[in-house]
Amino acid sequence: MNVDSNSYTFGFATMMVVIVAALLSYAAIELKPFQDTNIELEKQQNILSSIGVDVQRDLAKEVYSKYIKQEIVLNYKGEEVDGDAFEIELKKELKKANSDQVLPLFISNVDGFKQYIIPLRGKGLWGPIWGFIALEEDLNTVYGAVFDHKGETPGLGAEINQSFFQEPFIGKSIFDGETFKSIRVVKGGAPEGDNYAVDGISGGTITSDGVTDMLLERLNMYLPYITRLKTEMEEEKIITEIDSALILNDSLIQ
Amino acid sequence: MSKDSLFSKKNRKLLSDPLDDNNPITVQVLGICSALAITVQLKPAVVMALSVLVVLSVANVVVSLMRKMIPSRIRIIVFLVVIAALVILVDQVLKAFVYDVSKELSVFVGLIITNCIICGRLEAFAMANPPGKAFLDGLGNSFGYGIILIIVAFFRELLGAGTLYGYPVLEKLGLYNLGYENNGMMILPPMALVTVGVLIWWQRSRNEKLIENN
Repeated sequence: MNVDSNSYTFGFATMMVVIVAALLSYAAIELKPFQDTNIELEKQQNILSSIGVDVQRDLAKEVYSKYIKQEIVLNYKGEEVDGDAFEIELKKELKKANSDQVLPLFISNVDGFKQYIIPLRGKGLWGPIWGFIALEEDLNTVYGAVFDHKGETPGLGAEINQSFFQEPFIGKSIFDGETFKSIRVVKGGAPEGDNYAVDGISGGTITSDGVTDMLLERLNMYLPYITRLKTEMEEEKIITEIDSALILNDSLIQ
Repeated sequence: MSKDSLFSKKNRKLLSDPLDDNNPITVQVLGICSALAITVQLKPAVVMALSVLVVLSVANVVVSLMRKMIPSRIRIIVFLVVIAALVILVDQVLKAFVYDVSKELSVFVGLIITNCIICGRLEAFAMANPPGKAFLDGLGNSFGYGIILIIVAFFRELLGAGTLYGYPVLEKLGLYNLGYENNGMMILPPMALVTVGVLIWWQRSRNEKLIENN
């Protein structure tokens, strides 16, 4: 047989493509359930690590239901709407107009204190970066943060998923009094005592800037909710103060 | 077909040649792109070397088995399809069963497709030799590629970050207390090229066969 004839060449190419396509689709379909479980467990693991709970992937599901008390979905006005927060894909939400987005929020409970966990997603140098930032009950102090990436440069931008980068976020604030400041990742190191900045990664400036932009953009979307919650807390505080004053008053009269 | 045993002198040469005399990176100057990109740390370098080992040996065998059926006009396309299919398979299997390793590799697995060594070996060797030899050639060349990757990564990680495989060697030795500082330049791509250059220089000064007379 002449392997260089036109008809053979076309026949060979067609057969090869069909066989390879069939092989790959079969592999993709067979392996999909395993891959999806991995991705789900990893998300739970990431959410947990933003509140400082480190867990092995196999155990993530159990531990997750122990710590995460509430999963809520918000609209851009900060009102709660129906939906499954865990299933929301930020990748799709970010493509929508701000007013059409739904915002997932996870509320956890560690040692009797509430944390608000906000999922993040933005752009690094080579592809998407994402993470979770947990705020303390005051909705201002950072309780913990975790970041990850698809394909940032190893040894440089990829280091955002390391603890030396993530730990400095703990204890920083996102508000200066009433003004929203977010947290900046600063090239060459954050100024001493700056409560709204952390050190960047040398050689990974674009990824570091990506983290800054991501935090600013995402946290900004939650401002209506945060403001509402803060006002409620203020009111509650005033009410309890009045209550205790009244009780004090009562006891004085008696 | 000659009936020499698997480890005859000729076959052993297939394995040892690419390590020195015919090294894919330092002598043939193939696969330079990945050698520069992923040698910042040892770990990705090792993983990349292993992935190339799997892909190159299997692709060599597959192409060698089909060598009499492949129409010569579309042979490069056939190579690319074989390599791409293998790479996707490896990637999918890793994602399903060793998720952490697959995350570690991320973009590199895809990069294997563009590794010139693989296409080069398929064209130069697998198309003209039986599967057994092609397999050995695949192993030999991946070792030759891997060893350079690991040497370069060793120096870049040690001098650039002061660690080896993530372990803080220099800190444990107490060098920082003596005023030593990491050389940040080693982390950047140009230093990979310089390191490879120094390797080539050293290799040629030692191995006179490689010195060109002109």
